[in-house]
Amino acid sequence: MTVYVKGVVFEGVDFDDPKHWGIEAYMARGGYTALKKILSTGMTQDEIIAEMKTSGLRGRGGAGFPTGLKWSFMPRSFPGQKYLVCNTDEGEPGTFKDLDIIVDNPHALIEGMIIGGFAMGITVGYNYIHGEVFEAYERFEAALEEARAAGFLGDNILGTSFCFQLHGHHGYGAYICGEETALLESLEGKKGQPRFKPPFPASFGLYGKPTTINNTETFASVPYIIREGGQKFLELGKPNNGGTKLFSVSGHVNRPGNYEIPLGTPFSELLEMCGGMRDGKKLKAVIPGGSSAPVLPADIMMQCTMDYDSISKAGSMLGSGAVIVMDETTCMVKALERLSYFYFEESCGQCTPCREGTGWLYRVVHRIEQGLGRPEDLDLLLSVGGNIAGRTICALGDAAVMPVQGMLKHFRSEFEHHIEHKQCLVPGF
Amino acid sequence: MLEIEIDGKKLTVPTGSTVMDAANSIGVHIPHFCYHKKLSIAANCRMCLVQVEKAPKPLPACATPVTDGMKVYTHSDMAVKAQKGVMEFLLINHPLDCPICDQGGECQLQDLAVGYGQSGSRYEEEKRVVANKNLGPLISTDMTRCIHCSRCVRFTEEIAGYQELGMPGRGEHTEVMSFIGKTVNSEISGNVIDLCPVGALTSKPFRYSARTWELSRRKSVGAHDGLGANLVVQVKNNQVMRVLPLENEAINECWLSDRDRFSYEALNSAARLTQPMVKDGGQWKVVGWQEALELVATKLKGITASHGADSVAAIASPNSTLEELYLLRKSLAGLDIRNLEARTRLGDVRFETKAAGWLGQSIVDLAASESLLLIGSTLRKEQPLLAQRLRQSVKKGLKLALINPHDDELLCAVAGKLVVRPDQLVEGVLAVLKAAADITGKAVPADIDLAGVEVSTEARALAELIVAGEKKSLVLGNIALQHERAAELHAAAAALAEIAGATLGLLRDGANSVGADIVGFATNKDLITANKKAYVLLHSELADLKQGAKAAFEGAEFVVAMTSFADEARDYADVLLPVSPFSETSGTFVNMEGKPQSFNGVVRPLGETRPAWKVLRVLGNILGLNGFDYDSSEAVRGDVLNGDIAKVLDNTPAKAVAVKAQATAGLVRLAEVPLYETDALVRRAPSLQATVDAESAAQLRANAATLASFGLVAGGNACVQQGGASVTLAVAEDAGLPDQVVRVPFGRATLALGSGAIEVIKA
Repeated sequence: MTVYVKGVVFEGVDFDDPKHWGIEAYMARGGYTALKKILSTGMTQDEIIAEMKTSGLRGRGGAGFPTGLKWSFMPRSFPGQKYLVCNTDEGEPGTFKDLDIIVDNPHALIEGMIIGGFAMGITVGYNYIHGEVFEAYERFEAALEEARAAGFLGDNILGTSFCFQLHGHHGYGAYICGEETALLESLEGKKGQPRFKPPFPASFGLYGKPTTINNTETFASVPYIIREGGQKFLELGKPNNGGTKLFSVSGHVNRPGNYEIPLGTPFSELLEMCGGMRDGKKLKAVIPGGSSAPVLPADIMMQCTMDYDSISKAGSMLGSGAVIVMDETTCMVKALERLSYFYFEESCGQCTPCREGTGWLYRVVHRIEQGLGRPEDLDLLLSVGGNIAGRTICALGDAAVMPVQGMLKHFRSEFEHHIEHKQCLVPGF
Repeated sequence: MLEIEIDGKKLTVPTGSTVMDAANSIGVHIPHFCYHKKLSIAANCRMCLVQVEKAPKPLPACATPVTDGMKVYTHSDMAVKAQKGVMEFLLINHPLDCPICDQGGECQLQDLAVGYGQSGSRYEEEKRVVANKNLGPLISTDMTRCIHCSRCVRFTEEIAGYQELGMPGRGEHTEVMSFIGKTVNSEISGNVIDLCPVGALTSKPFRYSARTWELSRRKSVGAHDGLGANLVVQVKNNQVMRVLPLENEAINECWLSDRDRFSYEALNSAARLTQPMVKDGGQWKVVGWQEALELVATKLKGITASHGADSVAAIASPNSTLEELYLLRKSLAGLDIRNLEARTRLGDVRFETKAAGWLGQSIVDLAASESLLLIGSTLRKEQPLLAQRLRQSVKKGLKLALINPHDDELLCAVAGKLVVRPDQLVEGVLAVLKAAADITGKAVPADIDLAGVEVSTEARALAELIVAGEKKSLVLGNIALQHERAAELHAAAAALAEIAGATLGLLRDGANSVGADIVGFATNKDLITANKKAYVLLHSELADLKQGAKAAFEGAEFVVAMTSFADEARDYADVLLPVSPFSETSGTFVNMEGKPQSFNGVVRPLGETRPAWKVLRVLGNILGLNGFDYDSSEAVRGDVLNGDIAKVLDNTPAKAVAVKAQATAGLVRLAEVPLYETDALVRRAPSLQATVDAESAAQLRANAATLASFGLVAGGNACVQQGGASVTLAVAEDAGLPDQVVRVPFGRATLALGSGAIEVIKA
């Protein structure tokens, strides 16, 4: 379910129209005018990148890196093939926004990628789509066919010398393939495991060629920025947190779903949009940015606005915008056990701290949940976590540790209760 | 150049260096597992984490490029904490079974755990258990011990050229394994044993036979091919227990072929001959050395007196030492015997080089060629480590081209190739020669007749490749040198090298083929078909020789076999003299690049076995000859190599040979010496004989169309008739062969076969 409140990705989408995703509906709401504007007015690559920088758009995949800056890293004069890659390998627990984009508004993504290709002098793009979504993948392929038929993709787009080929690629469902260099490995047909950086993809990416990788939502925001101007996009949000953002709200709310709202909206307002807490229960905690973001207790969360800076100041991350809401009936030990199991299961196994450490973390948390915990286990968890964080090839190690640290920071007493009483503090668990 | 400071020491390193390179250059040791200087950087073990000034997190030294002014601390609190943390992770799932682990005592994990591990473990959960894998007869596995450093995986892909090992599975379930149902079949597979930093991959033949600290380490030289790999032979209780590489960047780098690594098993074979024996009235009788040698002297004197010196011939293995060959020549010269041959598989008596035939340049120089045309060679089987070195060169830009009677995979990019019938190899070279002459406008020697030579597109492409550029090499392999028109191939190749400005090289098969040439073990006669009255054999056996050898020996009045083994020569010899294999004698091998490498015996001779050079010294004395008072093999060597060795090396054809294209048709045999059929030791090494390569030595292979034309099916059997004899072989398909070519290797399984017309029928 997608709820459009205010924003750019789903602007004007009539979800009740069965063909709302199609190219006709997209063009009727102003789609592809940004591309036409570029190609007809002779807007330069520098001007496009400047506009992107003005917009303050930050990468929507989770890291929040300024998109305009990333685009400026691409060596535009590099002779030879360069690649543009969209990361739709949305696998972070709690996140389901990119899925809705390729289902409900795929042409916004396609147009954004074409513009990106033009801005960086790239002629080939790939969209790597998560392996466990099938209809969404087919929808994207159908949209690609429409774009090709309409002359927006392929050779000599709209009669100009600009050429851009875009291909969908269906992954196999590994979380790690959402890590951009693991994604590139997988796209090359190899086992998806992250590469050591440097070199970064901007110099050594897909097939060793310069490559720019952005998230689906990032690309889908581009047409609006070009059409309406970066300044207007920026003003939708707040300084350093330009634009609007999709939040995937899940958990104990009345209306879970994707909410596109301006960055800087108070969390309390978002919670209201979701119909408030389910069954009138009390809010206990929120994971504000996907499963790897540290959990925040209700009192802190209710003071936050939904933007990069506010959440970061509160000690967590906005990440991909996956808001996992937990009410008072939630056992935090059980919650952490489930999260830790995920990272244990999804570790690629390439480097030592993550391969060995994630299993260790999970087993200890599991033991505590089973009533077999020992008092020293909590310090052990933090110590083992400290030996994983910052020692691995990619960020999965950090991602596995942050939930542990967050839970023990805010809910340590619940863990201690589990250990001491061999049962849960929360009734019903 | 970049400036860097490591633990307070300032140094400059070339741009592009890693922190690990920089630390290594000043002898600062950074603990590591996955890093290996010959392999790509994986940065996966994380053991080499170090502190870098201004970096918020510790960085892996192996993968971090040096930047100018960088300050690195390898033993700071941050670095050591990170290293200890990684060590703890490596140990939580590693079995603490060092007392029963073959790697114990030479284990990098064990060693580093002393420095970076704790005395107890904080991990109290269940430990991981991983099923073992069958990687073949050479590599033993204990996969629970694997620390996933991926060195073995990277080795098979990058060095051996074909990724026979991979790491499927994710996270904790990641396992090193081969393809389902397949073993690791590379000819250099044993190197993964050395590379494995733990006891996951160990030597199967060596398993549980000794502890590393019980072994003494002695230097030696590989005795099975022309490379001359440097060895560390490990010895316990006067027995060779294991062979490892001794690093020599100019020859074997840090690698060893499986042939050099595992052939030692034969040294301890039950088939070893341990006492001199003579045949007396059809019965074998053990005798003393004096009696045996006096008999040899008497017989040889008698036969030369009654039938002339030309009625005696000496045939030596090209794996005999320089000293052995020299004293054999010198002692026989006392009886005026001049029929000496060590090129046991030579197919063309016209073949002759001006001086000793060699690679024409150093191995390092060959690998640094811009382009290389290889003619008639199954390089991976003939010279496994040279194939490996050229594979790395190809990655750096070497253009490697082939003229071959097969299309065997070299596991590297090939710039051009011409696949011809084995009996059209000369014509293949002539086609390239004609094209090269056309391109350069240079003349071809008068005795080479290019009339009727057709230049195909492929031949033209090879010619263009070899005439272009600066540093070019042209090399004749074993198939060419053992070819029945080897002299013509030699002449045509020499002409092509001349026109192209390339260096001509010969890939000699034996460990001391070049040395044997220097000593003069080369005649232009077929000593087998000449049916001599007496034969003196040194380390050579029937499987080293051509068809008819057994009949010739049985028909001779007297055969003396100087051999290490009792199981074969007793069928045809009259005297068996137990002489040392390379491990029990001092001596010298001159390798393919003309480099003499001397070595000592690593163990005492077995039983009454004696080094052949000492045996021949005594024989010389018994024959009453002067100049046999050597007290060391070094003194013998000094008599042979007494000047600039370059002066006794020359690949130029000694005599002009008329070369002319000939039309051929019908079924033809491609006969090569298989990987594990090369010599007496290799043929008696059980583990090597259990490999997939050994299996193919008893196979007939042909392409599908040829098989079909004889009604043969892969997996079935075929009866092969040639030279009046027949053998039955298993049939396999080889899509890379030209039509009407059957690949019937030369070895024990096909020993009965002769040469000439071949027939194949379904069996």
